[in-house]
Amino acid sequence: MNLSKDLMAASSTPIVLGVIAEGETYGYEIVKRVEELSGGILTWTDGMMYPLLHRLEKQGYLVARWRLADSGRKRKYYAITDLGKQAILEQRQQWQLINNALNTLWNNPYDFQPA
Amino acid sequence: MTSNPPDDHLVLTQNIAEWRRYLLRQSAIQEEDADELESHLRDEIDALIGAGLAADEAFLVATKRLGQIAAISHEFAEVHAGRLWRNLVFSPATSSASLLTVLLLALVAAIAIKAPLLFGVSMASHEWFFAYNISLFCLPMLAAYWVIERQLGQRGWLFVGSCTLFAAIYMNAMPWQPGGDTAVLAMLHLPLLLWFMVGVTYSGNWWRSDAKQMDFIRFSGEYFIYFVLVALGGAVLTAFTIGIFSFIDIDVEWFASQWIIPCGAMGAVVIVGYLVGAKQGAIETMAPVLARIFTPLFTLLLSVFLMVMLVTGKGFNLERDVLLGLNMMLILVLGLVLYSVSSKAPAQGPSLFDYLQLLLVATALCVDLLALLAIGGRILELGLTPNRIAVLGANLLLLTSLAGYAWYYFLFIRARVGFVQLEQWQIKLIPFYVAWAAVVVFLLPLAFRFA
Repeated sequence: MNLSKDLMAASSTPIVLGVIAEGETYGYEIVKRVEELSGGILTWTDGMMYPLLHRLEKQGYLVARWRLADSGRKRKYYAITDLGKQAILEQRQQWQLINNALNTLWNNPYDFQPA
Repeated sequence: MTSNPPDDHLVLTQNIAEWRRYLLRQSAIQEEDADELESHLRDEIDALIGAGLAADEAFLVATKRLGQIAAISHEFAEVHAGRLWRNLVFSPATSSASLLTVLLLALVAAIAIKAPLLFGVSMASHEWFFAYNISLFCLPMLAAYWVIERQLGQRGWLFVGSCTLFAAIYMNAMPWQPGGDTAVLAMLHLPLLLWFMVGVTYSGNWWRSDAKQMDFIRFSGEYFIYFVLVALGGAVLTAFTIGIFSFIDIDVEWFASQWIIPCGAMGAVVIVGYLVGAKQGAIETMAPVLARIFTPLFTLLLSVFLMVMLVTGKGFNLERDVLLGLNMMLILVLGLVLYSVSSKAPAQGPSLFDYLQLLLVATALCVDLLALLAIGGRILELGLTPNRIAVLGANLLLLTSLAGYAWYYFLFIRARVGFVQLEQWQIKLIPFYVAWAAVVVFLLPLAFRFA
């Protein structure tokens, strides 16, 4: 199944914020975690993740730190801020609203007949 | 990677280096972003090699997965608007035309300041006329330059024209008392209002986006440095002119003081605006250096000053000059913080320098608080005068902004917020500064009947 571009774009912010809320992490790990979460369906172009991370940082949802990984490689780690946690909460309410609306619609036996 | 012959490893390193060079050729991608992307690429390659791919295959797959560099760069440009702006300025197609524009406008400013001579108004005979209007000769020309450069069209011309006309009529038609308090205050605050007019035209989108506003703060800081440099150069040139003619017994001092200095200064105001835009790279390295040199020194000065005040128990001697000087110093501190804030790469963690910066802001805050107490006491004791109101307002504004800086610096050092909040704070305050300047220029004189 292929997800539409618009849906991918809209869902990327809450997903990335959610992954980072699990604990401080870096870009490559986020990509892998998202793939794992979606069973491989949600695959972004990896490079596009970074402008998104920078945008979220600018909005104050994330803080970034350069740190030396165990492998001796320099990595930029991202952590969630209080503002970011708030944003997750808001996003969550919005997505649940849509989810509920769609569920109600599609569970109504009069309106919806699968072909 | 041990399973690969050393040759493979070498080729891989070369490939990555070449990819990185290509990446950095994109103007919206900076060294630090390249580091981040390269780290990702290497992780991916390691994983692919671990899964059994050869080094060159792994490189190809990893770069493919990372995506097209042009598309990534485009996204980066959207997030970091300031970087894109620099490219616009540097695009060679506009530069020679802008140079011509700016030279013409500088010439107009230089002529404008001598034009009153035609009506018998000279600097010697009408000192106050020139004092009230000095910013009106040059800053509108700078705004006009940005109207042209940013292609703001008719709306831009209307905006600059009506603001200037209104200010000119106001400054000259009202029944000012020459050298009176409200007149001097209005004269000192008018440039701030006009500077905001320059900012609105500079932003190119009528002061709408945060990125453009931040850009203008940077522009102002760099403008100041450049102006000082150009003024120094001008002073040397003038001194030489006078000196060299005195060798052949011709006195040109009158010419220097009546023509070279005023015309040169007016032209410089316009030209420096162009220089800051065009030669931004040179300053980008200079502002942080200046901030780093002077932050420790100012911190030391203010701490010692505070301690001496506490030990000797001396309060502020409330002369106008003292308060003005004090405000200048606090504004300078604000400027230092501003330079460091604008030049800091947002992802760096707090360093020793940030602690020093916090200390500087905190001591400045204490000094400002003491000054406010002194002014407050004076007002309670002797009542309101235009000067006291102006100083009180300016100090309250300074206190608010310093307190905000101190608070955000504190949070930043405790790793509670990013550096971005500090930048946001800077931007949020601009309208308040402008509003206060407008109050001092327009409302205070009305309230005190232009005394």
